[in-house]
Amino acid sequence: MTSTTPRRTAWSLILLGATALGLSLSSAAYAADPIKIGVIAEAQAIAGASIPQAAQMAAEEINAKGGVDGRKIEIVTYDNHSSSADSVRAFQRAVNEDKVNAVITSYISEVVLALEPWASRLKTLMITPGAASNEITKAVHDNYEKNKYTFHGYLTSAALAQSVCDAAKDLLVDGKKMKTAVIMSEDAAWTKPLDIGYQECLPKIGLKVLDHIRFSPDTTDFTPIFNKIESSKPDVIITGISHVGVQPTVQWKNQQVPIPMFGISSQATNSTFGKDTNNAADGVLYQGVSGPGVAVTPKSVPFAENFKKKFGNYPSYAGYTSYDEVYMIADAVKRAGSTDSDKLVTAMEKTDWEGTIGRVQFYGKEDKFTHGIKYGKGLITGLILQWQNGQQVSVWPKDVAKSDLKFPSFIKFSSAK
Amino acid sequence: MLALQILIDGFAISALYALGATGFTLIFGVSGVLNLSHGAIMVAAAVAAWAAASVFHLDSYSGALVGVAIAAVLSLLTYFTVVQPIQRSNKIPNEEKEIFVLTATLLWGIMIQEAIAYFFTNNAKTVLPIIEGVVRIAGIRTPANTLFTAAVCCLVIALLWILVNRTRTGKVVLAASMNPRGVTILGFELTNVYVVVWIIYGVLAGIAGVLLGMFLGVSSYSVGPLTASAFSIVVLGGLGSVSGSLIAAFVVGYLETFTAYMISPAYRSIPALLLLVIVMYIRPQGLLGRR
Repeated sequence: MTSTTPRRTAWSLILLGATALGLSLSSAAYAADPIKIGVIAEAQAIAGASIPQAAQMAAEEINAKGGVDGRKIEIVTYDNHSSSADSVRAFQRAVNEDKVNAVITSYISEVVLALEPWASRLKTLMITPGAASNEITKAVHDNYEKNKYTFHGYLTSAALAQSVCDAAKDLLVDGKKMKTAVIMSEDAAWTKPLDIGYQECLPKIGLKVLDHIRFSPDTTDFTPIFNKIESSKPDVIITGISHVGVQPTVQWKNQQVPIPMFGISSQATNSTFGKDTNNAADGVLYQGVSGPGVAVTPKSVPFAENFKKKFGNYPSYAGYTSYDEVYMIADAVKRAGSTDSDKLVTAMEKTDWEGTIGRVQFYGKEDKFTHGIKYGKGLITGLILQWQNGQQVSVWPKDVAKSDLKFPSFIKFSSAK
Repeated sequence: MLALQILIDGFAISALYALGATGFTLIFGVSGVLNLSHGAIMVAAAVAAWAAASVFHLDSYSGALVGVAIAAVLSLLTYFTVVQPIQRSNKIPNEEKEIFVLTATLLWGIMIQEAIAYFFTNNAKTVLPIIEGVVRIAGIRTPANTLFTAAVCCLVIALLWILVNRTRTGKVVLAASMNPRGVTILGFELTNVYVVVWIIYGVLAGIAGVLLGMFLGVSSYSVGPLTASAFSIVVLGGLGSVSGSLIAAFVVGYLETFTAYMISPAYRSIPALLLLVIVMYIRPQGLLGRR
């Protein structure tokens, strides 16, 4: 017994020393601790692939300028294979093991809705650069204290519908004297509120809705759908498509459906859409928040060009927002003076950031779309672009429009009398 | 009007199904292999044809040829790296080999699918149509390429029939499907027969894939549904029976088209699957099955 005592003392001393050393090391590391942002996105989808790339780009720019109060930004990326289950696992891992301070995630509403309760449970700031469903902000509004960690960094479906209607009034009703429309949208979480928005605002701008077609996102043959639409003889097809895009567009052209398509067509926002459709896209009109060569703000064009230089293609719509969101998070950390989640949320709510898609502010606790980005003049209004000769050309609003509407020869304007 | 529309649309899609399923059933008839990487090989052909035209700027004919060639190469690769090693293995009991081949080709298909998604993203691709424009058939606006697709399918199936029934190679293949041992005794190397069949299969799947890419477009997501549809057509028609598969392809094609037009495009594939279940109950060997 006696012989062990000195040995024990020696061990305790060593332990004590080690602990002290460890403590001092960890506190030293804390000062220069990076701000970690987890990016969970769809690496194999064009819209999703830009999300981590753009985030990385923003982080490198911020770090090159010295970071945030000396702290570097570190992006940790996870491929979710477009699956909600994979996303939840990635989110848990990001927060519990990789200790990220905030998460940027996904362009798919179903994924974001699956993650929202996890952001609440793990009290981690989460923002989506591309999902649209109204349900995301509704959950924040209905249970603010619990769900306040979620931010919606892209337009809600309701705002998207409004943006399409605002543009349709100018371009189609006033410009082409159109009177009737058929809504064609895929069956998904984000299109439910979109279609409600369409049905409300289209009649208000003077477009009578003749039919409303919802189809399964795994539809491959669109012939019966176009046939049904044609039989009700509308002036325009108002689209709500994201999971599909290439196939209906190519079949629209191959079958020479004589009615123009106008609305949300997420795949059409990709610069590769022309190639993917062998230029069948020519004439397609789609709503976007950005486009190559469109100076929505002074930051838009330099970002898109630098992105192209670095990755070989223009960013998807979610690339623009993802880039802005890294800056917004960095800005919030700076203002909060901390990466503590609750303080970050409070700082994020006060965001007033001119990004690549416009001026970003978030709706407050009392607004209907709590933590959604504000839609309106001077903030974000969106654009309408058209594929013309294999290029994306802005046609609305007037101040950034580069061309008039141009349609392939098979498009017939029935009531443009 | 609508009836004619269904007739035209249904014919094109049925002919395409028939072409896809023929190769699938041929392989099963001759070598007893249910190749579950079928959909992946079709999609690979279509994506290769797209890439040849869009990335390497070949014309649509050369692009289509590249697609078919890729499918033939992949088919041989499937045989030599996935199927043959299992068939020759001493470690796997003979009665379990079929299930091993089934699993291995399924996994191989997933590997091809993931590779396509990795290199070409999971967005849909469409192959440049060989014939542009539309034709009016009794007032129905039909893309000329749809008619071309149907014509090519029928032609290729006819050629296959001639190959199998009228040429020496074809007769050996036919014999091998009836009695493999007998063919060996007559002095034919069975492996050579299998190689010929896998090449024929690859070309058929390739043509079907490229035509599908022109007609509707494909993405890496199409892999599963394509394998499933070939599988259900072949089971419906009777495993290993080429004529059964042809009939089943038209039954499924028209049933789907009819549903899409008369009920809703959303329920397109449901009646055909219900039919399959019913056939399984009352006639498990399929429409023209031998066993």
